[in-house]
Amino acid sequence: MCDQTFLAITFGPCDNCSQNKPLMNIYLKNEPINYCSLCVELMACQGLAKGETTNTLKAESESLKAKLEEERAKLHDVELHQVAEKIEALGQFVMKTRRTLKGHGNKVLCMDWCRDKRRIVSSSQDGKVIVWDAYTTNKEHAVTMPCTWVMACAYAPSGCAVACGGLDNKCSVYPLSLDKNENLAAKKKSVAMHTNYLSSCSFTNSDMQILTSSGDGTCALWDVESGQLLQSFHGHSADVLSLHLAPSETGNTFVSGGCDKKANVWDMRSGQNVQSFETHESDINSVKYYPSGDAFATGSDDATCRLYDLRADREVAIYSRDSIIFGASSVDFSLSGRLLFAGYNDYSINVWDVLKGTRVAILFGHENRVSTVRVSPDGTAFCSGSWDNTLRIWA
Amino acid sequence: MYDKGAARGVYIHWSSCFAEFWLVLECTMAKNNSLHPNSNGETDDSPNMLVYRKMEDVIARMQDEKNGIPIRTVKSFLSKIPSVFSGSDIVQWLLKNLCIEDQVEALHLGTLMAAHGYFFPISDHVLTLKDDGTFYRFQTPYFWPSNCWEPENTDYAVYLCKRTMQNKARLELADYEAESLARLQRAFARKWEFIFMQAEAQAKVDKKRDKIERKILDSQERAFWDVHRPVPGCVNTTEVDIKKSSRMKNPQKTRKSVYGLQNDIRSHSPTHTPAPEAKQPTEEELQEQIKFWQAQLDRHRLKMSKVAESLLSYTEQYSDYDPFLCTPDPSNPWISDDTTFWEMEASKEPGQTRVRRWGFGINEVLKDPVGREQFLKFLESEFSSENLRFWLAVQELKKRPIREVPTRVQEIWEEFLASGAPSAINVDSKSYDKTTQNIKDPGRYAFQDAQEHIYKLMKSDSYSRFIRSSAYQELLQAKKKKSKNLF
Repeated sequence: MCDQTFLAITFGPCDNCSQNKPLMNIYLKNEPINYCSLCVELMACQGLAKGETTNTLKAESESLKAKLEEERAKLHDVELHQVAEKIEALGQFVMKTRRTLKGHGNKVLCMDWCRDKRRIVSSSQDGKVIVWDAYTTNKEHAVTMPCTWVMACAYAPSGCAVACGGLDNKCSVYPLSLDKNENLAAKKKSVAMHTNYLSSCSFTNSDMQILTSSGDGTCALWDVESGQLLQSFHGHSADVLSLHLAPSETGNTFVSGGCDKKANVWDMRSGQNVQSFETHESDINSVKYYPSGDAFATGSDDATCRLYDLRADREVAIYSRDSIIFGASSVDFSLSGRLLFAGYNDYSINVWDVLKGTRVAILFGHENRVSTVRVSPDGTAFCSGSWDNTLRIWA
Repeated sequence: MYDKGAARGVYIHWSSCFAEFWLVLECTMAKNNSLHPNSNGETDDSPNMLVYRKMEDVIARMQDEKNGIPIRTVKSFLSKIPSVFSGSDIVQWLLKNLCIEDQVEALHLGTLMAAHGYFFPISDHVLTLKDDGTFYRFQTPYFWPSNCWEPENTDYAVYLCKRTMQNKARLELADYEAESLARLQRAFARKWEFIFMQAEAQAKVDKKRDKIERKILDSQERAFWDVHRPVPGCVNTTEVDIKKSSRMKNPQKTRKSVYGLQNDIRSHSPTHTPAPEAKQPTEEELQEQIKFWQAQLDRHRLKMSKVAESLLSYTEQYSDYDPFLCTPDPSNPWISDDTTFWEMEASKEPGQTRVRRWGFGINEVLKDPVGREQFLKFLESEFSSENLRFWLAVQELKKRPIREVPTRVQEIWEEFLASGAPSAINVDSKSYDKTTQNIKDPGRYAFQDAQEHIYKLMKSDSYSRFIRSSAYQELLQAKKKKSKNLF
């Protein structure tokens, strides 16, 4: 007679199907559970199926993405700079600092031009937002925000208000009063609410709507008067650092760039992501449309700037050099789109020939990182803001 | 003394353990830091690390035996200056090896690398590069910024205190260092005895070391503090962008203590720190992704050659209007300090160049308020202005606060689309039906379809007539007329 080992089995209601059956004592995520053998088998199959489903979906998604890259590459019959060989090279540029705006007590993080082509608003790490007449270098208004690191600011199209925000996760609008003695902070209006820092904000063609991007990975469109959220834009998988509205009278799109290395184009009406580009090797710090609205440029921490065309649906140019190893923080086009001004974390500004892909000038002057670069509305100058607490107007 | 170790840059590996510290002489290449793949094969790709890695690649090339910068020991009076190279050596090397055309640019890049502490002038606290015979030395990888140093003030206090115990004139505290020491003495008054003990212990160990070694170590240690406690007025290159800092602050990687004063929680090298687990996408998210890629695949794409031509012609067309390419007439206000250019733009009388621009496309007319006015005037003369007025009204609607939208939608409907409307416009039946539906729940985009249809109509019909009209042509030729009624 051989030894027999008997397994002690409990008999009782199954935790899953409640029927009285012999139960198997198993552990699920360190918790003991009592399932009948049928339910155990079902669970195992579901888990397997789910794992399989997720894996199959992943594989499908990846193969579609690869196919998309193939399709995009098929139409790549020539390089932009090759076609650009037939146009004349640009001459020597004499670009100098024409105005230096001193007054911020800490790093300048953002600036925007007024439509009158001479006023600007700038914001800094110490919470100060200043409105200047850049032409005379006079300060016209100053507001102290209740938070530090005011990373975003924008001028309203009418010139009668400014919006700003940062670590407070909000975007607030301040109407600009002609009365210098009036306390601007008292009239402040909180418009946008995000769940992480505000990285960028922009008025649409009206004082009544603001588009924001945030460290919470979303962009949003807000009604200024009521503070109501009109549309939100989900699709980035990490902080969104920058956005820019398409320069069109008829279109309703904007582009955003973020820490997920993606640049996404959005339909403002539906909230849908209509196009996406992912070729950068690190965070995209800045996005700007080419003046025709058919393309846009990006500046990234991978030390390159790139041009993406919406009709070709791909990256069409890279602006880089071996000697540029610090990230590009901010980019903007000249009026015709021929020049791309890019501010870098190595304190310099590089000027690129957009079509030929070459660098036409390197501008020194700032004594710390360049955090923001913006061309004036009529293209007569561009302004740069830096961690050296100053802003410079170049022409 | 010219030994192989010196030629390759002697890296003295520092380790610390509480009150004692010893050093291990090691000829390391740049492997002992957090930039190279960890045990999982993953590299730290955060933005700061990316830049450090690039600088370290350049440093590695600079230290290459064959193609790098020659490092030598220089005899000076009664002593030797070990392991140095000159500022000009660096500039020349950068010009040659990094395809830099300009000496200014080479100097700029070199200064940045010095400011981050990868090499330093041996006789100056200010970390800058000079294109002359000034001597520089490489920093030991132990002190590289990629090791995520965040040294505490207690360490700085130990360091400054230790310096006061040394007799050499060249090691005397600079003014700003003396001030810092005084401040720290007040701040750490309670534990100063402990700090003093540490400093003494360190000084003792230092004294035991070989003279040449000591020179090198002292300078490297000083350079480390020059990065983390820079001379007032100098840029602190350890400052980070707050948006990126949260990704850098991996508590397991950050090194806080130089002299072992606190429990350094790191028990293993940063190269073996596992990367945080990436979030796995859910089934739903994957379904969304698939839908997105499918929609993208269906997109109609243009050939690169066509796109390039289009970009070229747009830029060509507008180059006359680009102040950076073509000097504005009479001058650029920022350069000449004369605002005539702006005054002209603001006037209601449009100049020739401005009028010419309207001819580039309907968008240019619609963008320019004076253009819009002229276009409207022309259409009124033809009794066909309702299309443009409708388009303008819808644009304006989109700019209103959301509260005013429903009323405005009703008004526009009544004026342009309702039966018997005073300014009836002609839209295709599809758009008309859609709009009828939309106004039941009026939103900013209620007239979107109708507006698009009208825009196409204007573009192909009214706009081309406007450009061919005598009114426009006369403006273009800048014919001066006294009377305002040209039509």
